[in-house]
Amino acid sequence: MTIEDLIAELQNKLAELRKFARENGRDVSAEIAELEEKVARISWGPRAWEQVKLARHPSRPTTLDYLDLLMDDFYELHGDRLYGDDKAIVGGLAKFEGRTVAVVGHQKGRNPAENHACRYGMAGPAGYRKAARIMGLGDRFGLPIITFIDTPGAYPGIEAEERNIGGAIADSIYNMLRLRTPVVVAVIGEGGSGGALAIGVGDRVLMLENAYYSVISPEGCAAILWGDRGRAPEAAAALRLTAPDLLDLGVIDEVVQEPAGGAHTAPKAAARNLREALLRHLDELRAVVPGELVNQRRRRFRGMGICEGAVETMRLRNGE
Amino acid sequence: MKISWFRRQQYVQVKLDQRGEQGALWVKCAGCGDLVFRERVREKHGVCPRCGAYFFLTAQERISLLVDEDSFVDVSRPIVAADPLGFTDCRPYLERLKEAQDRTGLPNETVVGRARMGNTPVVLAVTDFRFIGGSMGSVMGEQLSCAMDIAAQELSPFVLVSSTGGARMQEGIFSLMQMVKTAAARRDLERACVPFVSVMTYPTTGGVFASIASLGDVAIAEKGALIGFAGRRVIEQTTGERLPSDFQTEAFAFDHGIVDRVVERTKLREELIRVLSFFPVGRSP
Repeated sequence: MTIEDLIAELQNKLAELRKFARENGRDVSAEIAELEEKVARISWGPRAWEQVKLARHPSRPTTLDYLDLLMDDFYELHGDRLYGDDKAIVGGLAKFEGRTVAVVGHQKGRNPAENHACRYGMAGPAGYRKAARIMGLGDRFGLPIITFIDTPGAYPGIEAEERNIGGAIADSIYNMLRLRTPVVVAVIGEGGSGGALAIGVGDRVLMLENAYYSVISPEGCAAILWGDRGRAPEAAAALRLTAPDLLDLGVIDEVVQEPAGGAHTAPKAAARNLREALLRHLDELRAVVPGELVNQRRRRFRGMGICEGAVETMRLRNGE
Repeated sequence: MKISWFRRQQYVQVKLDQRGEQGALWVKCAGCGDLVFRERVREKHGVCPRCGAYFFLTAQERISLLVDEDSFVDVSRPIVAADPLGFTDCRPYLERLKEAQDRTGLPNETVVGRARMGNTPVVLAVTDFRFIGGSMGSVMGEQLSCAMDIAAQELSPFVLVSSTGGARMQEGIFSLMQMVKTAAARRDLERACVPFVSVMTYPTTGGVFASIASLGDVAIAEKGALIGFAGRRVIEQTTGERLPSDFQTEAFAFDHGIVDRVVERTKLREELIRVLSFFPVGRSP
């Protein structure tokens, strides 16, 4: 039985139950609520999976597309000054609404040759070290920093491990907690695990409507917990990785609307919405004293998590 | 646990049911295959008396290996994992938690406390691999952060001994965010100029390796440790590369500059006492 069949069956049961209640004047609201919740839970599966597929759509706008559409000028910088230039991360200085900003983002590539060169946005240690370097530049010159997240995850390879990808991600997170200038993060496509988070420690975290952000890919989660990669749609639903989910959970600040059908159907419209949101948040953050920004950012992430029996320390956001 | 781990010669896995049976006198060492006297293994801090292979240590055993006798005072917060996503795979997350609690007798995977090492006061945090792979969810993030707060306030060095597969998937995005949370707490240690020694054991992988475990002032690998970010299978499947035989071992980590030293289990305590003796504690930066 497919999920669609199951949903149809449950809907039928619901209709019968309502009819029964009407005809017999009995109160079955508890049963109805239970069934409705079940339907909602199950039907969320395919929807979450649809969004993951949209987030991965081959013609979805990439970081460079948004830079083209949003920035008046972009001066790309290359290399981590230690070893190489990772094409899975792009960054540099840009002019945004008349002001200079530092920008960093994962780059997936816009055609198969580029996809290959960029490894679909799966960055290695050199990428994260380049990102840290460019964000450091922003910090030194008092420039706001905008990052764009779009990666299935950090690159899993021998060389990445040899060059300490784990340490590079940890350092990048730690580095972002020290930046004295405003940091706005936009998840524009895939927010895959630690490789996404490494450039995701912002004062504000925005997500495009059809982007996802997750601790592990739905396939990886399904393989480990269900023992079957094919159960990825269920894992996608269970992980609550869509933009509206994450807004509910209090982990992101805003969902940026995409044109109907997804950002790839009208990139300019998607960029327009993103521009408006970025500007608004940057303006708000400009009012905060630099030293206070670091404290607020630290408190924001320090307060994340939900445990039993310690409510008072949990979810302390911005020192509330 | 996010990253799968695998059995290696040096570090043997004891079947949990064997550990659980308090009455069992003998355990089988997967290193040499011999039946060894259980009490003897315990006395030797989980080192096989026959072949020297390492058994997994529980958090409690790890603590007694490292601290001055009777000096450990548990300051873990009275918290347990919530189920913020209402997560169910083949089984509900809450059921897995309950089972892990029953099996280990621990409320959660992290034990933190004040202790002394060679008479130096320290704050020690230990993760227990038996509890859902020692994976990091909101509870571990909070326990480690509070431990670092205490260390920063009291100017006591912070020692973290990791045995963890990585992030706790069942807590979704919240487990990912613990990587930042613990890094944020680590900033306070830095501000207070309090040293942090990170000890990586079998295994230290995934999200814990890519956050707090990699942020120590000194990184020590226990002999036989497994240290790395991505799991072997993922790397093989993604790249088609053949992995070197020493891949992600403690020797690999040392050769590639990922850890400062590799230390045998029985020498770990004196190693920590020695390294801590070099640090001035609590000088204003």
